[in-house]
Amino acid sequence: MTDFPWLSVLIAVPIVGAIVVQALPRRANPAAPKQIALGVSLLTLVLTLVMTSAYKTDGGMQFTEQHEWIKTFGAHYALGVDGIGLSLVLLTVILTPVVLLASWNDGDNGRWSPNAFFAWMLAMEGLAVGVFAATDVFLFYVLFEATLIPIYFLVGGYGGPQRARAAVKFLLFSLAGGLVMLASVIGLYVESAQHQGGRADGGATYLVSELAKIDFGTDVGRWLFVGFFIAFAVKAPMFPVHTWLPDTTQNATPGTSVLLVSVLDKIGTFGMVRFCLELFPEASKWATPVVVTLAVISIIYGALMAIGSDNIPRLIGYTSVSHFGFIVLGIFVMNSQGLSGANLYMFNHGLSTAALFLVTGFLISRRGSALISDFGGVEKVAPVLAGLFLVAGLSSLSLPGLSPFVSEFLVIVGTFSHSEVAAAFAVSGIVLAAIYILLMYQRTMTGPTRAEVAGMRDLGTREVVALAPVLLLILVLGFFPKPLLSVINPSVDHTMSQVGKQDPAPTVADKTPEGAHE
Amino acid sequence: MKFTAPHIQYDLISPILIVLGVAVIGVLVEAAVPRARRYWVQVVLAVVGILGALGGTVYVLDKINAGSDHPKPGFLAAEGAIAVDGPTLFSWVLILVLALLGVLLFAERQLEGGVTAFAGQAAALPGTEAEREASAKGLEHTEVFPLLMFAVSGMLIFPAANDLLTLFVALEVLSLPLYLLCGLARRRRLLSQEAAMKYFMLGAFSSGFFVYGIALTYGYAGSMQFDKIANAVSSSSGDHALLLGGMGLLAVGLLFKVGAAPFHAWTPDVYQGAPTAVTGFMAAATKVAAFGALLRLFYVAFGGARWDWQPMMWGVAILTMVVGSVFALTQTDVKRLLAYSSIAHAGFVLTGFLGARSLADIHAGDITPVQAVLFYVTTYGLTTMAAFAIVTVVRDSGGEATHLSRWAGLGKESPLVAGIFAFLLLGMAGIPLTSGFTGKWAVFAAALSAGAWPVVIVAVLMSAVAVYFYVRVIVVMFFADPVGEGPTVAVPSVMTGAVIAVGAAATLVLGVVPGPLLDALGRIAQFIR
Repeated sequence: MTDFPWLSVLIAVPIVGAIVVQALPRRANPAAPKQIALGVSLLTLVLTLVMTSAYKTDGGMQFTEQHEWIKTFGAHYALGVDGIGLSLVLLTVILTPVVLLASWNDGDNGRWSPNAFFAWMLAMEGLAVGVFAATDVFLFYVLFEATLIPIYFLVGGYGGPQRARAAVKFLLFSLAGGLVMLASVIGLYVESAQHQGGRADGGATYLVSELAKIDFGTDVGRWLFVGFFIAFAVKAPMFPVHTWLPDTTQNATPGTSVLLVSVLDKIGTFGMVRFCLELFPEASKWATPVVVTLAVISIIYGALMAIGSDNIPRLIGYTSVSHFGFIVLGIFVMNSQGLSGANLYMFNHGLSTAALFLVTGFLISRRGSALISDFGGVEKVAPVLAGLFLVAGLSSLSLPGLSPFVSEFLVIVGTFSHSEVAAAFAVSGIVLAAIYILLMYQRTMTGPTRAEVAGMRDLGTREVVALAPVLLLILVLGFFPKPLLSVINPSVDHTMSQVGKQDPAPTVADKTPEGAHE
Repeated sequence: MKFTAPHIQYDLISPILIVLGVAVIGVLVEAAVPRARRYWVQVVLAVVGILGALGGTVYVLDKINAGSDHPKPGFLAAEGAIAVDGPTLFSWVLILVLALLGVLLFAERQLEGGVTAFAGQAAALPGTEAEREASAKGLEHTEVFPLLMFAVSGMLIFPAANDLLTLFVALEVLSLPLYLLCGLARRRRLLSQEAAMKYFMLGAFSSGFFVYGIALTYGYAGSMQFDKIANAVSSSSGDHALLLGGMGLLAVGLLFKVGAAPFHAWTPDVYQGAPTAVTGFMAAATKVAAFGALLRLFYVAFGGARWDWQPMMWGVAILTMVVGSVFALTQTDVKRLLAYSSIAHAGFVLTGFLGARSLADIHAGDITPVQAVLFYVTTYGLTTMAAFAIVTVVRDSGGEATHLSRWAGLGKESPLVAGIFAFLLLGMAGIPLTSGFTGKWAVFAAALSAGAWPVVIVAVLMSAVAVYFYVRVIVVMFFADPVGEGPTVAVPSVMTGAVIAVGAAATLVLGVVPGPLLDALGRIAQFIR
């Protein structure tokens, strides 16, 4: 069973599904493409779960496949997942069916047919799995760029009034970052060619496992690191290259925003761990002060901008800037609490943001306005919606008992042992989070019911069914994060050893990864 | 005095001879065959000629492979005037393929209602009774096919030329027919004639530079032959100033042909004014030939003086990329936009050209600059050809609708055509999984290996700028609503369709599985000296 190309199948199934959905006749049966798309995404989920059952928690890279692709470039079609990759693949395949179900009617009023909407979403899923599973830098880069195309058309074709502008802004930011990374990717080739030149089989290679053995030297390593880091910082997004994110979420459909923020932006932070830290450990340590500062600025700036936003999707976009600040902080404090917190945060942030985008999406579609000031007293007419909104919001502000709390706590613990000043600033992000979430809830849900929302329907069965798995996962992982941590921690240890850092001596005993192991 | 007959080795240069022969026969056809039948005779003749030349190339390739114990990777033919080696043969195949696609575009009759896109009677002044009469009679110039073949023969000699005189003759043979073809548009004739005039004047001017460069180089080396020049350079005999002057002036002539800044000024006007079929052919095939020649001249003859010409080429490459990308931002005409994009691409190819380094530094399996440049011009040529083919089918009542605003809403009008064009633009922008990406990767890697990292950084930044103007066209096509009645997509004959299909397929295939072509290039990318 181990020789079965699991990951290739996980990439191929959604993409083939996308082609089928797009090729279906347009008007024969409007629901058919949606049902097929949902079926395909559920099939992918089931396949992933079967694969996960065969995963060994401390087995390093698993389900590996490797074929030579372009010999001259040293590029391979090489796949494999470790704990970090697996958790993000899981996140992708869990969220896709949820998003498809929640966006059932969102593709109907777009520039193109609903078929295309669902097909692009499935294509996105396949490409995203590929990005998280790629163990060859060239393959990673190709898929990294390829994921932009589905999002570009999803934002540009189906979003709000400013969608074309937002789509272009998104694409240009991402491509500019990607091209900077291209210079570094090519630099890797040149370095690899020089280091491998004497070998019998000759030639350069892009395999991460081989590249990690190369010592690039101080200057070269730092330049290459900067190229990668800029691309990932745009993607993540970090202050000051975050400006595309609020514009995009404001104009995209909620489902698109979920795929973008919860799944695709994780490529940025995933890339920081997989490539910046593991390939350029020396340069990463060199850059830590700057990166930590930017991360703290992101946390506070994103939160402040969120408090000031009246547009709900824009607000959620800014909250993500803040949360990504936490993730980057956890990665670059370089101790095992911070790193495992960051990796856990990637998963949990995906869930909580997805819940928040979807539930506010339902709210906005009912009122026809995305402005907080247009709502008021919704909880009396739509109690289920209000309740789920509150849970999603509380998870976003990291209430204890909900899953993001565990990860945020770990990140802050890790930050304390790195720098108390940075931690002190980062903690203020938690307070600010409470303000933007609770203010939003208070203004939209409580108080006297406004006339415009008086006739609002509560959530329907489809909407509740779509949201339920996400909220359930948030709740379960909030009390019982061990399964996820036990998958992530061995990979974190591997990264730590690659970076060559030891944990500082005094740590919070019961929150060390070893503790979580038991 | 005893006269020794030169040893020509006709079989080795058979592709050139076949194309030239067919061109001459084409001229005779104009004189001998009745007007009604000329079109088909010319088209068939041209296609057969090109296929014959391709056959000849395969024969030569076989011959080189058969003589693998031969100490050199090719042959010198015609007393050393023509070098038949790997890069030459590859350029020949590529030029012939592009020429075949060019013939198909030239032969398109369905878009203009039964006549070709060339002037009915070029001698009739625009707007006169004679012109109306010519178009009423349905006249067409079938001379375009022999002209094309003459240009192709020049292009075949150009990358193979192994001495300066042959190089110059090839330059003129390929240029003169192109000047003429540029002025033959059926519609917007004044624009077309202006383009031809401009191209001719500037082209003649640059030829002057080129000849002066030949003279100075001859003064330096005492020979026109590349190997003798290389010897003179490595032994540092002669006056160094003559060498520098000669190299600089020769470079001007060649850089003019590839459309590199600051010798690019003709490109937008000529690309816009020329009949679109000619533009497509010229943009693709001329670049292949000129870069082939540039590589041979500077690697073989001036390879030893690398440290002298590299700084100049750094400057030219950077300037070309910046000018092409930045000026493209403000263009509102699709053909002009593609012209500036071609300037930017010339800069990217030059980046690869800068990857020159001594053979000792190149490990087995590394990407070489010759490999990278030839790969890039392949991807660029095929994509560009298809892009111009698409320009010919987007029309309104006045002919081709080249103004960008007329392309608004094309995605609704014809998702297929707009989709393919968008794909080609993404290819030119260098998005992964298209040939533009693998091509860019190859030239950047070659340049970076040689330590030209400042050029690569500029190239990367300019690629980002270039993305903006390509995406702008996609936005117009897909996200803007049509103005007025909007454009229509005329259904072309199978010939134009084939060009588009081949170009798009190549853009995809070379983007996903570039391995075989790159490997093949790696095996043959060595000049015979």
